[in-house]
This record gives sequence, C-alpha cells and structure tokens, in this order.
Amino acid sequence: MTSPKLEIESVSKAFEEKVVLEDVDLQVNLHDVVCLIGSSGSGKSTLLKCINLLVPIDGGRIALDGEAITDPRVNPNQVRQRMGIVFQAFNLFPHMKVLDNVTLGPRKVHGTGQGEAEDTARRLLDQFGLLDKADEYPDRLSGGQQQRVAIVRALAYEPELMLLDEVTSALDPELIAEVLNVIRDLKTSGMTMLIATHEMGFARDVADQVCFLDAGRILEQAPPDKLFKDPQEPRTRQFLQRIVEAGRL
Amino acid sequence: MVLTSEAWPAVQRQFFSWFHFKESFPDVARGFWLDIRMFLVAEVLILAFALVLAMIRSLRGPAFFPLRAIVVTYIDLIRGVPILLLILLLGFGVPALQLTGVPTSRIFWGVAALVISYSAYTAEVYRAGIESVHESQRMSARSIGLTQVQALRFVIVPQAIRNVIPALLNGFVSLQKDVALVFVLGVREGLREADIYNARTFNYTSYVVAAVLFLLISVPVARFTDWYTERDRRRRQAMST
Ligand SMILES: Nc1ncnc2c1ncn2[C@@H]1O[C@H](COP(=O)(O)OP(=O)(O)O)[C@@H](O)[C@H]1O
Ligand SMILES: [Mg+2]
Repeated sequence: MTSPKLEIESVSKAFEEKVVLEDVDLQVNLHDVVCLIGSSGSGKSTLLKCINLLVPIDGGRIALDGEAITDPRVNPNQVRQRMGIVFQAFNLFPHMKVLDNVTLGPRKVHGTGQGEAEDTARRLLDQFGLLDKADEYPDRLSGGQQQRVAIVRALAYEPELMLLDEVTSALDPELIAEVLNVIRDLKTSGMTMLIATHEMGFARDVADQVCFLDAGRILEQAPPDKLFKDPQEPRTRQFLQRIVEAGRL
Repeated sequence: MVLTSEAWPAVQRQFFSWFHFKESFPDVARGFWLDIRMFLVAEVLILAFALVLAMIRSLRGPAFFPLRAIVVTYIDLIRGVPILLLILLLGFGVPALQLTGVPTSRIFWGVAALVISYSAYTAEVYRAGIESVHESQRMSARSIGLTQVQALRFVIVPQAIRNVIPALLNGFVSLQKDVALVFVLGVREGLREADIYNARTFNYTSYVVAAVLFLLISVPVARFTDWYTERDRRRRQAMST
C-alpha cells in the first residue's frame, strides 16, 4: 500500500463571488507524478497556490503526510519549505545573480551559512547543466534556462513535493524539451510531483495519474493510458478533441 | 526688455549690486551651509523612515491590519497639513511646552517637521514602486519560505527602489528648497541671513545670492535626474526587445 504524500479533501475556493475550486478531492502518493489538465481558467494555478498556502482556501482540508497544513495553527512558512513551486514565468529575482537566487532561501530561511549554501547550489546547478550560469543575471539566460534555474532553486531546500504550474507555457517551442527533460529526471529520482500542464504528450509519458479539471471541479481522474484513450466524461472528450485538433497530442 | 528699459539701473542697484553681493555673500553662504546639512540629515531620515512606512503599508493579511491602519492614517493626516504649519507647530509649539528631556532646538524641530512631512509623501513614492513589482515575485519569494518582511526586504524593495529612483530624486530637489522654510523659526540658514541683510541695507542682492546658491545645487540634481530617467528608460526598452 503506497502512502498518500498529499491529500486534498473537498477543497473549495472563491474569489469574491466567483467560484474557482469546488469540492476538489485529490491524492498524490509518495513518488507519484500527477498531472492536472484542463482549459485555461479551470483553476489549475489556484489549486497549486492553495496547496502552497499562497492562496487561503475557503473550505476543505489539505494534508501533507497526513498532517493538515490548512490548519490555522500551522506556520505557512514552514510548510512552504517542504514543497517547491515553479510558476509559468517571472520566477527568478532579476536583481540577483543565479547563484544568489538559489541560495537566498537556504540562507535566509534555514540559516545555512553562505559557503555551505553556495556549495549546495553549485552542485545542483552542475547537475542540471547550469554551472556556467551561476554568476549571470537572469535576463542573460534563455527562457528555458531560467525555468531550469527556478526548478533548481526550488530543489535547493530539498522539498518533499514539487508543484509545477505550466512551467513550459511561456517558452519558445525549441526550449520546451530541455525543461521537460529536467522534470523527467526528477521523476526518475523519485520526486513526488503535481504538475499543471498543457503538454499532453509529456503528461501521458510521465504521469501516474491524470486529472481533468473543468470549471473548478475534478471531472475525471485516471492513469494516462485510460484517460487519454478512453475518457469517460463528455467534457473530457471535448477537451481532448480540441487539443488533438490543435496538434498537441 | 528689462535690459534696455530705463528701470534697469535701479534694478541692477537693487538686485544685482556687485558690492552688496560681496558684502552679503559670507553670511548667506554660511547660512546656506546649514541648509545643506539640514537637507542631508533630513533626506537620510526621510528615505529610511518612509521605506519603513511603505513596507508596513504593503503587509497583507488581517494580522497586520492595525499597523496598516496607523500608517494610512499618518500618511493621510500629514499630507493634508501644509508643511509650513507643521514647521511652526513643532518649531515653536514643542519648545514652548518646556518638557524635560525634549529637545528645544528650533533646528531640531524644523528638521523633524520636514522629516515627518516628507516621509508621508516619500512613503507613497515607495509604495508605487512596491506595487509596480510583478505579483509573481512576491509569490516566488513567499514560496521559498521567506516571511512577508523578508520577501519585501530581499526581493520586492530592491526592485521597487530601482523603479522609483527618478521620483525620489525629484523629492531631493523639492526638499533641498523646502529646508529654507525653517527660516520662519528664526533659524539662521541661508534665506534668513539674506533676509537679515536685506532688512539692514534695503538691498535685495542678498536674496539673489541665496537664489544662486540654491540653484547651484538644484539645477545639477535636476539635470542628473533627467539623465538618469532617460538612461533607465532606454535600458528598459533594450531589455523588453
Ligand atoms: N487573485 C485572483 N482574483 C480573482 N480571480 C482570480 C484570481 N486568481 C485566479 N482567478 C480566477 O480564477 C479562475 C481560475 O484561474 P486559474 O487558477 O489561474 O486557472 P488556470 O490556471 O487553470 O488557467 C479564473 O477565472 C481566474 O480569472
Ligand atoms: Mg494557470
């Protein structure tokens, strides 16, 4: 029996009147990769931000290793250090060199010494083929390199779970592969991940489970083979149909 | 017009007399040196205090509501009061209370009034800068575990300041002139010295001396501000292409 790393139980969220998440239930098991698919505006980003406690939920419960992180007594800063999140764009701090971007969290949050933090950062950058960029400012990097640095930065404090929000959507097509390969490597290393993506080929490839999110609800959840080949819900079929027509599957 | 008119000799005698220029210069210049020192002290305090105000105002969440409310009230009240009134109120009012342990120096209270007033405006300049930083930056900073204050300090504020340097420099020019307002307290700064000379001689050249000294500082700062703003604009353009 695999243990659930992350449990989302009937989570709901509204901005003003607008309901963005409605009764969302989702589990991510240890070492599993779950992909969230769904059209733009379906609530993927909001769900990931809720898990990272960047957006407070209105109802329901989110637990990490069985421990409710949405409990008001929990310190959100401590929870955030157990997960890495990478957004679509503007992740890096433009006024800091790549190395400082990576070491900021460990130095300020964990109180790791400068030397140790930089050693760890350089080792990680090296592992992801970015060591020669350590002393560059982010605007000197390609979009793909920036996203890889953002992933490295999230890894620097050894998260137990990674949340990736359409990390390739803002990239030129030729840069997408290098970022997806990094994520594949992470899966190989056993990282538990929840990934919002529009890259259906990638999702089919890397996911253990795929969730289809529609208007704030999880309409369907299944292993990729099943969900892509034999979707049960008409809305899922429609969505996949549109993706196929757009040539993305 | 003025140069050819018949009034010119009188104008020259009253405003541009070389004799009175030389006569009044030492006193006015000494007073002006006090203006510069008051300006420097005030500016440093304003930049620091206003930043604290702006950071407090940018904190989110109900826990910080009381602090935010205090800052907003402060900014609204201070910006609604004429600066001269504040100078008179503090400069004459506080020393008159004769409280033990409270400074009675009019220079002290004059500078304090400038700091209190300018901080309210400068805090709004900083706040505009803080709000101009993309929301993702705040999210990213929080996501790596930084507290709100750490996120502001290490991530948001450094970028915000870059965005508002021209506006801050404009504030410098404005303050550099407004320090002269403490003359109403009888502080013997440049304008006061010019005034004293004028009262003694009925000649206005001393005011011109003071004007020249103020211009010697403010014009270069204004040019620098323009130069910097233009360079910054071009750099941004280059970056966005
Ligand atoms: N901070 C916010 N305030 C108001 N509405 C928001 C906010 N964030 C997201 N929304 C709305 O929530 C809905 C879901 O957005 P999002 O989670 O970004 O969807 P997705 O990532 O699937 O495209 C959208 O309609 C969006 O306009
Ligand atoms: Mg999104």
